[in-house]
Amino acid sequence: MAEALLEVRDMARYFDVSPPWLNRVIERMPRQILKAVDGVSFSIARGETLSLVGESGCGKSTVARVICGLYEPTRGSILLEGRDLASIRDRAEMLRMRRRFQMIFQDPYASLNPRWSVARIVAEPMRSHRLVSSKREARAAVEKLLSDVGLAPRDADKYPHEFSGGQRQRISIARALSSRPEFLVLDEPTSALDVSVQAQILNLMKDLQREHHLTFLFISHNLAVVSHISTRVGVMYLGRIAEIAPTRLLFERPLHPYTRMLESAIPDIEMSGKARTPVAGEVPNPLDPPPGCTFHPRCPFAREKCRIEPPPLAPFEGASVACHGIHEGWVPIHVHRGALAAS
Amino acid sequence: MPVAPPPVADALLAVDDLTVEFPTRRGTLTAVRGVSFAIAAGEVLGLVGESGAGKSVTGAAVIGLIDPPGRIASGRIVLDGRRIDDLPSAAMRRVRGREIGAVFQDPLTALDPLYSIGRQLVETIRAHLDLTEGQARERALSLLADVGIPAPASRFDQYPHQFSGGMRQRVVIALALAAAPRLIIADEPTTALDVSIQAQIIALLARLAREHRTAILLITHDMGVIAEIASRVAVMYAGRIVEIGDVDDVIHRPRHPYTAGLMGSIPSVGSGLERLPQIEGSMPRLDAIPAGCAFNPRCPRAFDRCRSERPGLLQANGTLAACWLHAPERKAAGAGPGWSEGAVHG
Repeated sequence: MAEALLEVRDMARYFDVSPPWLNRVIERMPRQILKAVDGVSFSIARGETLSLVGESGCGKSTVARVICGLYEPTRGSILLEGRDLASIRDRAEMLRMRRRFQMIFQDPYASLNPRWSVARIVAEPMRSHRLVSSKREARAAVEKLLSDVGLAPRDADKYPHEFSGGQRQRISIARALSSRPEFLVLDEPTSALDVSVQAQILNLMKDLQREHHLTFLFISHNLAVVSHISTRVGVMYLGRIAEIAPTRLLFERPLHPYTRMLESAIPDIEMSGKARTPVAGEVPNPLDPPPGCTFHPRCPFAREKCRIEPPPLAPFEGASVACHGIHEGWVPIHVHRGALAAS
Repeated sequence: MPVAPPPVADALLAVDDLTVEFPTRRGTLTAVRGVSFAIAAGEVLGLVGESGAGKSVTGAAVIGLIDPPGRIASGRIVLDGRRIDDLPSAAMRRVRGREIGAVFQDPLTALDPLYSIGRQLVETIRAHLDLTEGQARERALSLLADVGIPAPASRFDQYPHQFSGGMRQRVVIALALAAAPRLIIADEPTTALDVSIQAQIIALLARLAREHRTAILLITHDMGVIAEIASRVAVMYAGRIVEIGDVDDVIHRPRHPYTAGLMGSIPSVGSGLERLPQIEGSMPRLDAIPAGCAFNPRCPRAFDRCRSERPGLLQANGTLAACWLHAPERKAAGAGPGWSEGAVHG
């Protein structure tokens, strides 16, 4: 792998979701800790797109937020070019580091200030990081960014309500690029958009990645979108990574039984007339995850060991997978040749 | 000549030339214009389109839930031979629930948080069917078992918040089925659910259509869901149906350039495409629908006629498509639509 731009080591983030103190005392309830992310490690090479997929509550968005500094990690570290972000004490230096990260959110309606003009929204990051020295320079930079994302320079004087959802997401992207970041965290950036608009935004992301040499962490629940945009994919389940592999390998040779389940559950227009494998069971309550491998109650291959011992994420023939059965050879492996056409 | 969709043999629901308007301070917005379709018993008709295309308003018109001042401006809705669009609201309330069930996107808003799910089911059943408390309870338990809720007796007295999202949607489907309606309007029933749960709910709806001969109008933006359970699909754009036909034809051999663009823009595992084919621009707002064909400014194949004259649904070699490429005189002149190669997935 090329040089890692970002590395996450054993990151965990817990949330205290206990009832108020008085209720705990009266009802004799213990504290309740939600382990949203519980020991996640991965690295992202410069210029690649790593996607994290999983169902709601798997912790994928929490990972994104911890990396962007919106939450403190409970445990573990985040390294940018080998440098631990937690070790930076100097505020000015921290700001310089933060400039290199930007985040794009799912909801293009909630993430733009309705009282600000587009020019002000897009210029804000470059102003706060002092990347421009004059108003005129800022205006020119804003107009350049707007045309980069497929909007017109004159859109700078409009307000968010004058735009459709897809155009607002373009404004969010222009704002994110405004501080000239190297690394973008995209949290479900197209989930709120219609498919034809989603295609426009995904194509735009790919173009921008090439032109601006960007590295992406892409968070999504949609495997089809992920298969289209990613270099590598990590599948998360209940706060942990179940499997991480180069995109093509993950779709041609899914290892973890959960990955296989997700892949067979994708509604696909190619499947018309065919019934897909219905998946049994639901994600368990994350407040009370099952012991051992958290997937074992839904896993058709689970054995005694799976109920007791949590499997570590370990390398396996080009991928990494957290499954006793794969590493010990008692879960059969199927390869779907041509699942992804040669690309 | 524009054609009407062919009569569906023993249509349970027939919607004919439906137009729905919403008066606003700035003038009247027409959300649905001249929409016609029919559904037979046991059939699943998919109604697809992007936000604002008018698909949910069409569904709301069928169950008589257009919020005033919105109103059905013209057209007829006929259920099992009986006209229902002009019923007084009390009569419509009896039709709703008894003859037409509804499943919406968010199961939490469809359930009352203050009543146990058993209570809600028993009340709904008794409101529509002449059953004793005991008989209604039995029916409620068998409905819960039917929609795949494990150990229904033990969950009967629980409240909606004690159920997961997927289980709640099953309860909503059980409620919709309470009085054994012959038609279910399902508006984005799986959109709020995770993929693995989505698959289960889709399988459940498909089984209901098969086993109970329930007709389902499935409104969704998700073509994958449509591909799996619908037998026919109607594609809406800017308030009108632009293409209608068998699911396989519409998905694999779309005849309307909008449908073709829409299908092409769906990312698919295994496509291996570097870029997704995209339709430029976005759907027009209801107050700014272009003259002629509403899709013409975005259409790669538009010609003069498209800008001045609006096409009705035309026979298009498999489906019906509202597109001048399929005008009979054009075909006769040998300028054939040549749209067969337009199939993006095939």
